[in-house]
Amino acid sequence: MRRDKVFDFVEQKRLPFSGRRTVIPGEIDVTHGPILYLENISVSFDGFKALNDLTLYINDGELRCIIGPNGAGKTTMMDVITGKTRPDTGSAYFGQTMDLTRMSEYQIAHAGIGRKFQKPTIFPQHTIFENLELAMAADKRVWPTLFAKINTAQHEKIIEVMDTIGLTELCYERAAQLSHGQKQWLEIGMLLMQNPRVLLVDEPVAGMTHQEMDKTAELLKSLAGKHSVVVVEHDMDFVRSIASTVTVLHEGSVLAEGTMDEVQNNPKVIEVYLGE
Amino acid sequence: MARQPFIVDFLKNDKGGKIFVSILLVTMFVVPALNLLVPADSFFHVPTYTVTLLGKYLSYAMLAIALDLVWGYCGILSLGHAAFFALGGYAMGMYLMRQIGDRGVYGNTELPDFMVFLNWTELPWYWQGFDMFWFAMIMVILVPGLLALVFGWLAFRARVTGVYLSIITQALTYALLLAFFMNELGFGGNNGLTDFKDILGYDLQADTTRVSLFFLSALFLILTYFLCRFIITSKLGRVVVAIRDAEDRTRFIGYKVESFKLWIFVLSAMIAGVAGALFVPQVGIINPGEFSPLNSIELVVWVAIGGRATLYGAALGAVIVNYSKSYLTAAFPEVWLFALGGLFLLVTIFMPKGVIGLWNQMRLKLQGKKQPIAENKIE
Ligand SMILES: Nc1ncnc2c1ncn2[C@@H]1O[C@H](COP(=O)(O)OP(=O)(O)O)[C@@H](O)[C@H]1O
Ligand SMILES: [Mg+2]
Repeated sequence: MRRDKVFDFVEQKRLPFSGRRTVIPGEIDVTHGPILYLENISVSFDGFKALNDLTLYINDGELRCIIGPNGAGKTTMMDVITGKTRPDTGSAYFGQTMDLTRMSEYQIAHAGIGRKFQKPTIFPQHTIFENLELAMAADKRVWPTLFAKINTAQHEKIIEVMDTIGLTELCYERAAQLSHGQKQWLEIGMLLMQNPRVLLVDEPVAGMTHQEMDKTAELLKSLAGKHSVVVVEHDMDFVRSIASTVTVLHEGSVLAEGTMDEVQNNPKVIEVYLGE
Repeated sequence: MARQPFIVDFLKNDKGGKIFVSILLVTMFVVPALNLLVPADSFFHVPTYTVTLLGKYLSYAMLAIALDLVWGYCGILSLGHAAFFALGGYAMGMYLMRQIGDRGVYGNTELPDFMVFLNWTELPWYWQGFDMFWFAMIMVILVPGLLALVFGWLAFRARVTGVYLSIITQALTYALLLAFFMNELGFGGNNGLTDFKDILGYDLQADTTRVSLFFLSALFLILTYFLCRFIITSKLGRVVVAIRDAEDRTRFIGYKVESFKLWIFVLSAMIAGVAGALFVPQVGIINPGEFSPLNSIELVVWVAIGGRATLYGAALGAVIVNYSKSYLTAAFPEVWLFALGGLFLLVTIFMPKGVIGLWNQMRLKLQGKKQPIAENKIE
């Protein structure tokens, strides 16, 4: 299942009439199942290995939870996928053809990977509406941005997302005035505005009330399928409530993978994480 | 909910801007009238000296708006912005030098006096074309713009931000200061360019010319305000503020942050250049002192005192500080720097949003409101 074993370009040359679909560069090719391929990735900071030979695949449309103790390398993994950190070794591909390690942050965002930061990061001086407007998929080069006007379809999209994240009432409030939980939702809404194929969500329920957590779980579950959603989370109850494939990260590599029950009964996992 | 609340006409929701532009429009016509039409012995007569002083303040106000655009809105604290102002000033000065023609001390039709003095025999290549007004005016915009483009491209691409960026902008203006001091560079060394005679054939000493320059300064200040207001109310303006408040977030939603910073930085440098070009014919001299790092720092103080990210606040700050400076340097020359430092401290501690912020606060208090109303709110 490794990406290089099933690389379409290679196969294409060998079997020109195999009936395989031609891959257009720039198009996300998920014909083999996974949408994200992380293979043998290592990242070290001053000799300390934050990621250690990490290999991980995310399937198209799945909802994946990634758990692991503090410092396990979860955020660093997201940094690698979104181009913020370059891996020392290993490869990161979006679909089969897009090499994430050679794209810059904004190119990766355009390609279809949206990211929510661990600490909610929104534009505090802008209104909810403006936050969503800025995130909206559009021509984001300088001159087109200067003369950009919102058309009806875009306006409706913003309304729709505001509805999804439950902030319609607060449309014209400054984002700075939102509660912590609302900021998290706004940030998720901003990701949705970009029409991403993959959503990377770093600790979405940190600092949320139980009620807010339930709402967030519903939201994330409703997004899976249309998007691939990767959720990093600490809160076990929350992870169980969105019940999906769980990957346990420990000291920069994958310790276990499976359903919540399988993972919970895995002795290695119990030892390093759940047993604490 | 109303549709399309974002097509904001730039003055529709801008009360401060309306007041600012109105004041400028009135001044623009009343001051010239009081100078040219009212007899000199009348109480209402405005002396030409005052008109020119006001014109100088207005060019400073334009420079302050240029800095507010990059600092107030984009969060780039440039401590070298006076360099762009000075470069625009030098481009204008070069035109004015060429206009002197054979009226210089040495009577050389081609070469400015200082070149004759250096025993140069022909005009250096970079002085070619400056006898044409249109060419000089293009250079007023192009030279600061190009410098900002090259400098900004290097700095922003390398993701130099914050204090480091401020320091290298100081270094930039300091390097230019040293360079322009050199006689061999061909810009008049430490004397700079001066003894101008006329502009487009009009005598620079004549009241009508001076009043016209004042009028043009006010006009260009209004145009600058409109341009900047258009930019900051556009989506690009919202992106720029987003960069200031959460640079990484902006990048991860797909904006190439470096390009936006570069664009706004270059535009700001061009506006500063035009301000410099308006300044020079009114004060009659441009010398390397304009590149002094202290000038750029003073400029930051104007904007901080007036109030960041309002545009007109920056203009107001420039006028307040320079008026105080004119007064204080005459009355108590040795206290000016201390007064400026003290003023800056007071403002940063007690009114972080400057005079405009203080005024807004007081207005809200008078109206008994606690929360500021979100902008662009539509019933
Ligand atoms: N920029 C950095 N410089 C140095 N060390 C870092 C940096 N980013 C992360 N680390 C270290 O890498 C390890 C993994 O961090 P992180 O990916 O944030 O873990 P997690 O998100 O799983 O809690 C931690 O020990 C952290 O201290
Ligand atoms: Mg983390």
